[in-house]
Amino acid sequence: MKKNFRGLFFTPYVLWLAMFVIAPVALIFYYSFFDIHHNFTLANYQEFFTSGTYLTMTANSVLYAFLITLFAILISYPMALVISKLKHRDLWILLVILPTWINLLLKAYAFIGLLSHDGLVNELFQFFGLPIQHMLFTDASFILVAAYIQIPFMILPIYNSLTDISNSYIRASRDLGATKWQTLTKVIIPMTLPGIKSGIQIVFIPSLSLFMLSRLIGGNKVITLGTAVEEHFLTTMNWGMGSTIGVVLIISMVIVMLLTNTKRKRRRA
Amino acid sequence: MSKTIVELKNVYKKYDDGFTALKNISFKLQEGEFYTLLGPSGCGKTTILQSIAGFTEVTSGQVLFDGKKINDIPANKRQLNTVFQDYALFPNMNVFDNVAFGLVVHNAKKDEIQTRVHDALKMVQLEQYANREISELSGGQQQRIAIARAIVNRPKVLLLDEPLSALDAKLRKDMQYELRELQQNLGITFLFVTHDQEEALAMSDEIFVMNKGEILQKGSPVDIYDEPINHFVADFIGESNIVQGKMVADYQVAFLGHQFECSDAGMRPNEPVEVVIRPEDLVITTPEKGKLQVKVDTQLFRGDYYEILAYDKAGNEWLIHSTNASTDDAIVGLTFGPDDMHIMRYNETEAKFNHRLESYED
Repeated sequence: MKKNFRGLFFTPYVLWLAMFVIAPVALIFYYSFFDIHHNFTLANYQEFFTSGTYLTMTANSVLYAFLITLFAILISYPMALVISKLKHRDLWILLVILPTWINLLLKAYAFIGLLSHDGLVNELFQFFGLPIQHMLFTDASFILVAAYIQIPFMILPIYNSLTDISNSYIRASRDLGATKWQTLTKVIIPMTLPGIKSGIQIVFIPSLSLFMLSRLIGGNKVITLGTAVEEHFLTTMNWGMGSTIGVVLIISMVIVMLLTNTKRKRRRA
Repeated sequence: MSKTIVELKNVYKKYDDGFTALKNISFKLQEGEFYTLLGPSGCGKTTILQSIAGFTEVTSGQVLFDGKKINDIPANKRQLNTVFQDYALFPNMNVFDNVAFGLVVHNAKKDEIQTRVHDALKMVQLEQYANREISELSGGQQQRIAIARAIVNRPKVLLLDEPLSALDAKLRKDMQYELRELQQNLGITFLFVTHDQEEALAMSDEIFVMNKGEILQKGSPVDIYDEPINHFVADFIGESNIVQGKMVADYQVAFLGHQFECSDAGMRPNEPVEVVIRPEDLVITTPEKGKLQVKVDTQLFRGDYYEILAYDKAGNEWLIHSTNASTDDAIVGLTFGPDDMHIMRYNETEAKFNHRLESYED
């Protein structure tokens, strides 16, 4: 009787996982073995790993995702460090998270307004007598906006791991003669590494497939794997190839997870 | 003569909310001695430690190290080290790296780091644990590593913030011996903070008893135990029976309707005083032979002695330590010698107290 009840409580979650996690992933794997005419084939994979287009696209995606993640860390870490020292730190962190409540598309359009030829930033440049810049549809603006979108997701885990550090570690470090900089590099950063790794996991993978931003801000000059997936499913209708790219993305996600998880396991042992 | 290494002059610490943590603290620490700041939690003892270590700024007064004012010198530039209550061993480093930390941040050479870390670990008898992770150590081992890490920089003063409070009773006793031995081997000054009077009495050369931001009494463990300055000190250090009495004349004290010969003097005639008698100084005898008659209420067997709780006719509680058991509800007599009593005046300052003691002691 009791056991049945427990099974009953568990059912919704199993169904949820089966329908929305396992089934889609299985379907992606399944579709990746069919060509455009619904014939079973391995050609999709063969094409992916032999064609220059896909490989450069993968390299590009990884490079962009890497840069986005890097900038997100470089901005987020000092910011989290400063916020964790503030008096009303919970309020400040709430303000940082606030933009995530706004729709991504809205934020993208806001940036178009800011960065466009007649936008606010260029007006400011003109005001100070600087020449007008073409900022929209450049790699730099794509990375900047993408990093901006990802920052809250990077800051939160870092902030949490920073506030977890007991003050006595910092005192011990200073007591033993470490300067503030040495304390940061030898004690605080290593101790917040789990937070940084969580941040990387949350930011890097979505950054591999940011198709909407690459279109709106990057002006389709930036072609990532995400753009390619969208093209295959909506334009060329080659679901097989789209799924193959999806599989590649899933596998790279697993790789990133494994790479960022090793140390934590060792410490727990 | 030994030299003063740390000195506090008229130190005050006030917080923004108006709370005064330290009130006019002044003391000197000599080289190579073991000092203890003893007091209940919240008495300001840790604040003193932190102001010497450089973790908190004093509101006024001077903190001197080796004769120089160090109020404005940051913690990392002060030549003293701290053993923290929670040890604060860096979890991302192993034992060797933890102990080596103080040397690494000073850019010491590799081979020098090797030998000095080895020496420090040897001091705490854990030289074979260099490659262990911190999480693999027991509480007592972590404690020793924290000490090794703090002495690797060869400080002149080691500050210890209740370092034994997280250990179990047996280990705590062992560590008391080891800390004392370590201090004597190193020959440096230890300033130990604790609320445990037993620890303080066992290890210290000199104890500062604190309460509510003030130092009430300084002295050797024996002096403080035998001649507490006031009710608080007598009650806090060891167990004591305190009764109200009257100083009839020098060496004559009256309490509970009797007059007794005592060994204290220098007070006004008929001055109201408090009389302290330690439980181990009371001897149980027959009611006729006793100077006081009490009725036994409860007895607890403590292993090496019986703790006997008794009441006199006036309702005062008497605590007696005796090697032999008594009988519940029996009327017994208590005897004590003149030296077993210690007389305390109300509101006597430490300076006046010391002056008075000197005036009649040899």
